[in-house]
Amino acid sequence: MRPAQVRLDGWGWRHAGRAAWAVTSVSLRIEPGERVLLLGASGAGKSTLLHALAGVLGTSDEGEQAGSLTVDGERPRPGRSGLVMQDPDAQTILARVGDDVAFGLENLAVPRDEIWPRVRTALAEVGLDLPLDHSTARLSGGQRQRLALAGALAMRPGLLLLDEPTANLDPDGVEEVRDAVGRLVDDRQTTLVIVEHRIETWLALVDRVLVLAAGGGVVADGPPEQVFSAHAEELAALGAWVPGIGHGLVPRVPPTSRDAVLSAHDLTIGYEADRPVRTVTALDIPGGMSTTLTGANGSGKTTLALTLAGLLPALSGHVEASPAISPAGPRFTMLSRRVVASHGRFAMRSDETTTYHDEPVTPPNREAARTDPARWRSKDLLTRLGTVFQDPEHQFVATTVADELAIGLRALGRPAAEIAERVAELLDQLHLTRLARANPFTLSGGEKRRLSVGTVLATSPAVMFLDEPTFGQDRRTWIDLVRLVTAQLEAGTTVVSVTHDRDYLDLLGEHHIHLEALS
Amino acid sequence: MSLSNRAPHTLLDRVNPVTRIAAAVIVSLPLLVTLDWVSGATMVGIVLVAALALGFGVGFITRRVWPVLALAPLAGLNMALYGKPGGAVHVDWFLVHVTDNSLRLAVAVMLRVLALGMPAILLFTGIDPTDLADGLAQVWRLPARFVLGALAGFRLITRFVDDWRSLALARRARGLGDTGAVRRWATMAFAMLVIAIRRGSKLATAMEARGFGTSRRTWARESPIGRPDAVLVVCSVLAVTIALVAAVGAGTFWAVWS
Repeated sequence: MRPAQVRLDGWGWRHAGRAAWAVTSVSLRIEPGERVLLLGASGAGKSTLLHALAGVLGTSDEGEQAGSLTVDGERPRPGRSGLVMQDPDAQTILARVGDDVAFGLENLAVPRDEIWPRVRTALAEVGLDLPLDHSTARLSGGQRQRLALAGALAMRPGLLLLDEPTANLDPDGVEEVRDAVGRLVDDRQTTLVIVEHRIETWLALVDRVLVLAAGGGVVADGPPEQVFSAHAEELAALGAWVPGIGHGLVPRVPPTSRDAVLSAHDLTIGYEADRPVRTVTALDIPGGMSTTLTGANGSGKTTLALTLAGLLPALSGHVEASPAISPAGPRFTMLSRRVVASHGRFAMRSDETTTYHDEPVTPPNREAARTDPARWRSKDLLTRLGTVFQDPEHQFVATTVADELAIGLRALGRPAAEIAERVAELLDQLHLTRLARANPFTLSGGEKRRLSVGTVLATSPAVMFLDEPTFGQDRRTWIDLVRLVTAQLEAGTTVVSVTHDRDYLDLLGEHHIHLEALS
Repeated sequence: MSLSNRAPHTLLDRVNPVTRIAAAVIVSLPLLVTLDWVSGATMVGIVLVAALALGFGVGFITRRVWPVLALAPLAGLNMALYGKPGGAVHVDWFLVHVTDNSLRLAVAVMLRVLALGMPAILLFTGIDPTDLADGLAQVWRLPARFVLGALAGFRLITRFVDDWRSLALARRARGLGDTGAVRRWATMAFAMLVIAIRRGSKLATAMEARGFGTSRRTWARESPIGRPDAVLVVCSVLAVTIALVAAVGAGTFWAVWS
């Protein structure tokens, strides 16, 4: 392996069909063996630059290039460059660990008898001690990212490109990947370029920081200490987590009242009756406080949150909402269920709702049904239990940002004037006014996250569930989110967050629930 | 999937997946263009014996084949009621003509459905997609771009199932779960489409970054073709020949074009 040299002269790229250039007039040199951290505002074209260096931006069909960009004086090509991207799910290519690593070697037409030794070496280098036929579907996020790293590494690239490789990982996963990368570049035989806004993670590893300007060109370039001392405030404002500049927020003083708004007893949770995810003996969500829910990958945090939020019926046991937040009306509906023979357990078939009249409703039964959120009408959830999903795109239903915020209010039958006023207020609060007419699916990651929180805030639910709200968010969005959540708490809302984020836990872990890993 | 549904280890494991597909074609083609009860019954018998000899358990065969068992009488009933009339008439009412001929057809069709369905189900059971892709690309020389693209895409399907479930739950959370099922489904389908395209293009980029689709490629694993494959093909030809010869011998042979 020979480290690669990178050269850009007035380079720029415009994606086909776009009016604006994604990157313009970037000139720089990266010497063989250098380790560079690439920063810049969202939309400054960091990923575009990385993809260009990886040789995957495509041909003139896919965009227009200005200036020149070379790796070792040539057009970049996969193999000489290796790329690891942000989403662990999207870059696992094949079903078996060994095949996945071998994939790049096959494409480079490496002879068969050389492939497997190189696969084994690459897996050992990233510390993945697994059989070659191990299923890639059973890997954790950190393991998947190390697998992607091994896949790149097996090709023996002179230039390793990492595009936010740890943004979607829990703290253990972040450490695994960081340590693996550290070992790989230790001998200076690989040139490294990392895009990442969690600077602290990579600080010890990099010897140069490059900052791309949103309008084009390079705004700062130099050793980390120098760049961070000269541009700290500027970088923080761009969304980077600059060492020494924290979020500047302090935990609020939590209230003393701790009456449970939701409680669960002898709960078995899961999506299908024959595949329970886990059991929970007893659990209380105290009112007016922030509860944080942590646990290893696959420990059922999300499933538990969805069950408490009235979206998934419990497989057995009870979720009980306090009478104060339960709907009062005598008519309520339930999720359509299929009674599983003899066990008396339920499996959810769809989110279809049907009127609940097929069982004689005796008073205690009726009371139990009234306080079981899984039996509430969908509409009843809006002002009671709101849920922000991990993937914002899962909850978008409208064609414009403004409509997206209005939909819950319309379902509640609020007057048009009130809806307009509330939507305007939310747009302002979420810094989305400029994008009111945009399609939600076209927003950036941070904007999507803020909008998805906004859709829930719109109907002011008594309890708000957030699933990994800060995952992959830059500093600016992070601070916005924590402020929004804190404001909700101050207004008396109960908040339940599924999270891995240590800073978030420090600020909002007023009541903490940790789910033990399942064997 | 529960343990009992997993494919058992059989002698078929020693055969290349593409040979299994070839065998299924060999046994079904002659049966598709003929229609008589003797060849059908012979084939069903041969398949049963062969399946047991290969190592499929009786329980497994029953569990896998029951949809075909359920389907066969339905197809037969149709034939009995509406099949080409001929010979003695047993029932004659409106469009329904139950005759000797239609009854003979009914039996033949029931046996045909079994004779076609059973070998296909048992031969395709437990084929590993990765091994199949190896075979399609290396043995049958289908384009690698197509085969590997499909294989990688196949893995996304489980993710799409999860996505769809989350989309449904999110509709309930957004207050849209009570009414307007069609509209709700439309919003889910649109979101699913966007998500699928995003995931697909990310996967394509990841594949391209590993040099996929650039030029000639090698294969990390050989997709072997050997004696077991030859044996399966020969046995399939023999089985179908025996069935047809039996029909000719019994005087019931009946090609669909005659």
